Amino acid sequence: MATLAPTFPWVKGAKDDYRTCPVLTLKVDMHAERLIIANAVMAVLTLTIGGIAALLIALTRWQTFHLLDATWFYRLLTLHGIDMLIAWMVFFEIAGLHFGSTVLLNARHAAPKLAWLGFILMTIGGLTANVVVLFDPRNTVAYTAYMPLKASPVFYLSYILFAVGALIAVATFFINIVVAKREKRFEGSMPLVAFGFMTAAILATYTLLQGAAAIVPAFLWSMGVISSFDPGIYRNFFWGFGHPAQQVNLAAMISIWYSLAQITVGIRPVNEKFSRLAFVLYLFFINLGAAHHLLGDPGLSFAWKAVNTSYAMYLAVLGSMMHAFSIPAAMEVALRAKGYRKGLFGWLRNAPWKEPGFSALVISIVIFGWVGGVTGVVIGTEQINMLVHNTMRLPGHFHATVVSGTTTAFMGLTYYLIPLIFRKELKLKKWAVWQPYIFGGGMLLLSLGMITSGLQGVSRRNWDITFAGVVPGTVELTLAIFGIGAILAVIGGIMFVTVVFVSVLTGPRTEANKLLLVSGDGNPVLESTKLTDHMMEDKQNQPRGAFVLVFAFLVWFAVYYFTNWWLLGRTWFIR
Amino acid sequence: MLAPEQNWWKPMDRLEKTWLTVALVWCIFLTIMMPLWYFQGKQNVPTETYRTTPQQYAVTVNEFVAKYQIGEESINGIPFPVVAPPAGSDVYIRASAWQWYPILQLEKGKEYRLHLSSMDYNHGFSLQPVNINLQVLPGYDYVATITPTSSGDFTIVCNEYCYLGHHTMVGKIIVK
Repeated sequence: MATLAPTFPWVKGAKDDYRTCPVLTLKVDMHAERLIIANAVMAVLTLTIGGIAALLIALTRWQTFHLLDATWFYRLLTLHGIDMLIAWMVFFEIAGLHFGSTVLLNARHAAPKLAWLGFILMTIGGLTANVVVLFDPRNTVAYTAYMPLKASPVFYLSYILFAVGALIAVATFFINIVVAKREKRFEGSMPLVAFGFMTAAILATYTLLQGAAAIVPAFLWSMGVISSFDPGIYRNFFWGFGHPAQQVNLAAMISIWYSLAQITVGIRPVNEKFSRLAFVLYLFFINLGAAHHLLGDPGLSFAWKAVNTSYAMYLAVLGSMMHAFSIPAAMEVALRAKGYRKGLFGWLRNAPWKEPGFSALVISIVIFGWVGGVTGVVIGTEQINMLVHNTMRLPGHFHATVVSGTTTAFMGLTYYLIPLIFRKELKLKKWAVWQPYIFGGGMLLLSLGMITSGLQGVSRRNWDITFAGVVPGTVELTLAIFGIGAILAVIGGIMFVTVVFVSVLTGPRTEANKLLLVSGDGNPVLESTKLTDHMMEDKQNQPRGAFVLVFAFLVWFAVYYFTNWWLLGRTWFIR
Repeated sequence: MLAPEQNWWKPMDRLEKTWLTVALVWCIFLTIMMPLWYFQGKQNVPTETYRTTPQQYAVTVNEFVAKYQIGEESINGIPFPVVAPPAGSDVYIRASAWQWYPILQLEKGKEYRLHLSSMDYNHGFSLQPVNINLQVLPGYDYVATITPTSSGDFTIVCNEYCYLGHHTMVGKIIVK
């Protein structure tokens, strides 16, 4: 059985500065708590700025409104990418890393000053990037900053500052773990969630180093120190950062899936070995994914593209498919053990659908897998990519992964951070109940609108596609679906930000007295420790429903996959 | 979120083993599909590439246009030469901010070696409504061997951001 509160042998001379969380009975180091709060606040702030940009660019691409002029459209598109895909994600993940390397291990933050340095550099970098993109007329590049389109040197510098800050923060994660192990703060293996965060941290380290290999030469070139840099090589290095960065998000998101499943339904992983193996597969194979962005590039062979785009042999995809079973299965076993055993899906009908952490979790898993994952593998198929490269199907795919998947999961977890870490009562609970559904529903429509527009050849990052004069009438419809989805998602986003700020900024600081926010007084995390081996192996508790669900998923996967080969087979011959 | 019991290295149960096996087989199948299509399929991503420079490529394109020009047509108010090269020959398109130059006139069912390169930034060759999309880089002469299987007027859209006039970058291929 899991041990909750092991002995806490502070080393001699080390100052005790912690509190004990009354709900989870875990020790919370105060340095770590302040760092988590600071990073989470910056995350939500950048999400807000990126969200405003999202609304404006969506209303521009929805041809009926066509709101912004071209210059502001391209500027805000860049801003949206930076604030959402980099700042919101990374700030939130750094908060997660501080949490995973201290609270979950009952350990102290061993390098708070270094962590604050990282935070300050990230903040300066992020703010500078925003200012340059909005106000520097010399700045002309997109989020990807492909050479040889030149940005002002300050732009590249802001990326570098942010990346160095993030790298320092990630380093403190490893320091914390080594110190915790040496001081015997935890015995045996790390908890699965911390293990997942460690996967994210390892991926983040080389992701950021590869980013440096692209951005540092670009910076030197913009200063005139070097005269040129190969645009193909730049793309390779940039995506050595850009794609693995999404895998950092993936690993962090899946760790948070396990957390939310434990917080809301009290899961115990069905098989630790199975889940950990899936994380290890990410570690080894997911870095090859940079190739996904280079499938339509000159100068690369079929073999190079095929091996890299498939993560050697779709082994990272295998990792995701393992989690896709192991998490719902664990949820099913936990719910069946509570007595919800009727039929295949009785456990789902009796799940806590009003609990924002649970609905966010389910929405995140379903849209991430069924839309994001499936479209991702199809787009990443070497030949099929020719139908998709730089069309709107691409943002359609990654809004399903990074937004419907990762962002929804991060939002879901934030609701629990408010009582447990910010130590404030969650306000506007009704809003919190509805928010995941509105946000998730909106994002689903948005992704479908983008994917169907892209199927008709609508290009991404394009102010006005009607210039092309090739757009069939149905594009009006699919772009309207996209636009309505965007508006719904923005409403969901506003609800989230309002709930967070109203809760955090009003009312007194109080210790949390319960874990669940709306669905009762239970404490699933503590209850999960009572799931015995016998209950886990009981025939009546077998995850048969989850097993059926993953097979339904596989059928959908195959249908979408073969449809795309069929579409490819209809186009011009090319080799 | 909690530390696991000391020994978590346990055998997987039947459902996990089944799913792992099925998923692995699917992954292997996905892997095999790519080489299979590479050898059997008619649509593959071009790989033939040569080093070039914008100056050198511009000279080649001008010679090509001078040799096979048959007329002129305008796109967004700018006149472009219409070029009708013989089947099987090397044909050229030059990408620059914000033009696809020249307009090609091809024959349906005939094979052409289509060269693509950029004079300045990254551009995206997106042929619509055929929906073939390739990346065009400066310094790289990218050769796609194409056979049009449908006739009509086809638009080339730029789908890689290339500064503020990006959306106006439109070209044309005519297939008779």
